[in-house]
Amino acid sequence: MNKKLSQPSDSLPNSTEGGMLKGESPKKTLKQWLADYRWVLIVAVADLLVWVFWPAQAVPVVRNTWDYLVEMIVILIPVAVLIGLFEVWVPKQLIGKYLGRESGWKGILLALLFGTAPTGPLYVAFPIAAMLLKKGASPLNVIVLLNTWAAMKIPQLLVEANFLGPSFMLMRLALTIPVSILTGWLIQKYIERTGGLIIDPAGPKNIS
Amino acid sequence: MSPILTWSTYVIAFGALGVLALRDRVKAKQAVKIAVKSFFGILPILLAIIGLIGLLLGVVPPEVISRYLGQEAGWWATLTAFVLGSVLYISSLVSIPLAASLLRAGASVTTIAAFITGLMMVNTLTLPLEIKHLGKKMALSRNLLSLLFAFAIALVMGMVLR
Repeated sequence: MNKKLSQPSDSLPNSTEGGMLKGESPKKTLKQWLADYRWVLIVAVADLLVWVFWPAQAVPVVRNTWDYLVEMIVILIPVAVLIGLFEVWVPKQLIGKYLGRESGWKGILLALLFGTAPTGPLYVAFPIAAMLLKKGASPLNVIVLLNTWAAMKIPQLLVEANFLGPSFMLMRLALTIPVSILTGWLIQKYIERTGGLIIDPAGPKNIS
Repeated sequence: MSPILTWSTYVIAFGALGVLALRDRVKAKQAVKIAVKSFFGILPILLAIIGLIGLLLGVVPPEVISRYLGQEAGWWATLTAFVLGSVLYISSLVSIPLAASLLRAGASVTTIAAFITGLMMVNTLTLPLEIKHLGKKMALSRNLLSLLFAFAIALVMGMVLR
């Protein structure tokens, strides 16, 4: 079950969110390397063209590239470690175990907590959310989990604080948390008023 | 970049890894493996974006960036950034440095915040998948409400942070 959940059922091409590349083979051919780094090569060619045709601008280009490279690598190392830690420390089935049963403020708090910890892309969260709804979790909790997962993951917040400043990150966080809860509450009311939720289009089952 | 923040991130990440290694060697090794894998997984697109930032900042003068994305560019710049953010699908680890480079070069906080909130809260590209799993009712209402709130958050941020 867990294995299945951690894999998106429909994989998106070129999705690199969270940096998770699942199911890739350990040994890569030159062709695969070139495919992976094709955009880097294109930028490198553009850099070369600048150097040849516009040599005065080559120095600031190299300096800016180097500055951002250092800045990014420095923060990416601990962020990658955190991603690894969350992956082994917070197994995805645990989310369902606790969130399925809780309700009220405790449920919302748990949804917020679980939403910040995972590191996979958002589409990994959809099957988990569907499973939670089927298990009886409230739409409010599930929406809070999805919104947190999309916009407030801890590694992402750390990169944001480093690059855009702690005040930018905290301000966004302070606004996004209440708004996520409000969104969940509004959707829950809407679902209640329009008579439940139909989840599986293949075989419609009414839940909630 | 604030050095205190960076180094505290190092202390927390490697401290936690140390604690895990003491308690469970196998899990710690697994965590390191995933860390290395995600680092190199994101590297190609990250290097490309960094290269693009370097090129952009080196070739385009800050005056131009601030003219098209700054305070004087007005509502259209903010709206365009928001629409782009909502439609595109870029990892936040990659989009944040790009947004930061534009902000430092003179783009307005509102416009940058609109790009970031749109990117994170409105998930247009994954919407078909979301509908498949959660149904039209929930997926559409979540993205529609997020669209409104994301723009509102960007406006408030632009007003408060200057």
